[in-house]
Amino acid sequence: MLQNVLQFLSTHYLILATVKIVIVFAVLSGIVAYLVLMERKVLAFMQARLGPMRVGPWGLLQPIADGLKLLLKEDIVPAGADKIIFLLAPVISIIAAFTVFAVVPFGPPDKGFVISDINIGLLFILAVSSLGIYGIILGGWSSNSHYPLLGALRSSAQLVSYEVAAGLAIIGVLLCANSLSMVEIVKNQQAAGIWNVFRQPVAFIIYLIAAVAETNRNPFDLPEAESELTAGFHTEYSGFRFALYFMAEYTAMVLVSAIAVTLFWGGWLRPFASVSWLSFLDYTPVVVFLVAGVVVILGSVKNPLAGEKMFLFAVAGLCFLLAALVAIPAVNAWIQGVFWFVAKVMVFLYAFIWYRGTFPRYRYDQLMNVGWRVMIPVGLANIIVTAVVIYWWSKPHAAAAAALLLR
Amino acid sequence: MPEATYLDANELVINMGPQHPATHGVLRVKLRLDGERVLGTECVIGYLHRGVEKIAENRTYVQFAPYTDRMDYVAAVTNGMGYCEAVEKLLGVEPPARAQYTRMILAELQRIASHLLWLGTHALDIGAMTPVFYTFREREEILKILENYCGARLTTHAFRIGGLQYDLYDGFEKDVAKFCDYFLPKIDEYEELLTTNRIWMNRTRNVGVLSGADAIALGVTGPVLRGSGVKWDVRRAQPYEAYDKVEFEIPTGDHGDTYDRYIVRIQEMRQSVRIIRQSVERIAPGPIFGKVGKVIKPPAAEVYHSIEAPKGELGYFVVSDGSTHPYRVRVRPPSFVNLEALDIMSRGHLVADIVAIIGTLDIVLGEVDR
Repeated sequence: MLQNVLQFLSTHYLILATVKIVIVFAVLSGIVAYLVLMERKVLAFMQARLGPMRVGPWGLLQPIADGLKLLLKEDIVPAGADKIIFLLAPVISIIAAFTVFAVVPFGPPDKGFVISDINIGLLFILAVSSLGIYGIILGGWSSNSHYPLLGALRSSAQLVSYEVAAGLAIIGVLLCANSLSMVEIVKNQQAAGIWNVFRQPVAFIIYLIAAVAETNRNPFDLPEAESELTAGFHTEYSGFRFALYFMAEYTAMVLVSAIAVTLFWGGWLRPFASVSWLSFLDYTPVVVFLVAGVVVILGSVKNPLAGEKMFLFAVAGLCFLLAALVAIPAVNAWIQGVFWFVAKVMVFLYAFIWYRGTFPRYRYDQLMNVGWRVMIPVGLANIIVTAVVIYWWSKPHAAAAAALLLR
Repeated sequence: MPEATYLDANELVINMGPQHPATHGVLRVKLRLDGERVLGTECVIGYLHRGVEKIAENRTYVQFAPYTDRMDYVAAVTNGMGYCEAVEKLLGVEPPARAQYTRMILAELQRIASHLLWLGTHALDIGAMTPVFYTFREREEILKILENYCGARLTTHAFRIGGLQYDLYDGFEKDVAKFCDYFLPKIDEYEELLTTNRIWMNRTRNVGVLSGADAIALGVTGPVLRGSGVKWDVRRAQPYEAYDKVEFEIPTGDHGDTYDRYIVRIQEMRQSVRIIRQSVERIAPGPIFGKVGKVIKPPAAEVYHSIEAPKGELGYFVVSDGSTHPYRVRVRPPSFVNLEALDIMSRGHLVADIVAIIGTLDIVLGEVDR
């Protein structure tokens, strides 16, 4: 029976892809919703406060309440706005943000964790994610209002300049990996036995900074600088259209984190993937779920509300169940890649939130200076150095000379 | 700075406020922009006008004192102190030493609280969202002390004409000393977050430069004046209460930019702690009220008295016609005068700098509009 289903799915590629797309979309939406909660909580702990505590235990149901609230709000279109474009703009943003995940490998492709491994994956990502800026520009322009217009102008300038920098950083990786396919880039890191972050540290730092700028996050959150431009390009948006912009921003955060992980941090690879005596690390997921369960249990004991207590016990039970599940060797091997991928993405997302809690905001002209006078020249220099090194390395005599030098 | 814009394009006029997160209340600024560059500003004030000076003419001297709290509502203690002292000058009374030191302690605590509020909101305007929570945490401790002393946190009405209404509560000195010990390391924490932060320096250095000569010509006072390198502090220049008996330094800046004003205020908080510690040591038991009659009826005269409020020189000009009501009270609010410098400081800068400059002027609209 199972054999038949698998047979059917493998011959009807579209159905399998559709199923994957639905799963990725659903999971991603959930992650984005809870990313907002995570951000609020982490920021709160950095700022000596508690964050959301009212909706559900520890505010765990807050994202659902927020989503419902925004859905039920009136969808206001300002008088004088270009109605069609105004209504379309947030949709463009969110579609661009979600579409890119089609080529991101969440885990090894032989275990089915990638929707589509196209051989120009990286170009596809650059192309489609650049479309998201149309949502911002059109949204700001069609609002027919000063603040959104200024916000949109800022973001167009910002995104264009930092996309150049990010592109230059990516070229360094391409030179190492010799492929545009996301899967191949990870496999190349596996074969080399080293993550690209150690081969291309400069490119990594440039990409990281450009990624923060491209997602309009602090310290580069000029387009929506609250204290200057009220809310930037989405000042006039309300209700679910605002929520779409909001989701697009956080999806973009997840996206650039996922790309950074794939390009520089070895994608789905476990840390020290080729060191055999460290293979006990394969059981980290079990430990993580167990610890999560224990933490939730400890929290639920202190909770005075009976209903919330039950809920927390259920969550803890789920954690233990998952721990037991991933302890099964077959399951463990299957989720290995996706677990490490998600863990690494989480590190990046935490860093994004951390920046927000720490840095003041750049000014528009300073941002441009950093982009054009620092990041792009350094990125170009990195490409040249990488190219020269790879060229000489690949020549037999150079390799011999290097081997002599290194001995 | 270009006077005409390119291609004869119209300047973009943007209305900032009166409801805007960074204008600290209901300030409305009309910005004339060329792209993001500011060609000129025009402040529209009066949204919070309550006719405080006119109200004074219809109240007795004692009745008017609580109204002063509502002007600079984040530094009510110093506001009340200035008014009480002005009327005392009119009456020719001096409060006893215990009252003087108490006033100084509370006024310096209020200065710290006001500077903390400024620091938090200023950093928030420039995009650093965390300091505001830290500064409010410390400000809360000050407000608790004020609440324990006089029952109110914000509009305190802490002092009376001639002295204090309440003597200090038990453990006041200990509370204040504890706060000083707790607070000094916290200033280092704020500095760690901001002072050497590259982005913070980029955003504040050479932004809103005000030369010493310009500052004097505009009548700017307080940290804004001292940031421009002019060593003028009313506490030192025309000492009131017992400020001539305590040691403290007057921090000044070199360049007159936003960064200097930030450093000046940070240093001032340290100096305030110093003053508080000395005052707490010197406070001795004794009377708390000077020789003031039940009904305050100053002789027909006029008097101007100014003090160093957290935001600058706060002056009261009180005219008496010999009755129980003041004939005229004119307030010289530091915020109103400092706001005059906004245009000269902001020309040629970008929109983002306007926010930093409004923040660095540390205005309170209750005081600007009165």
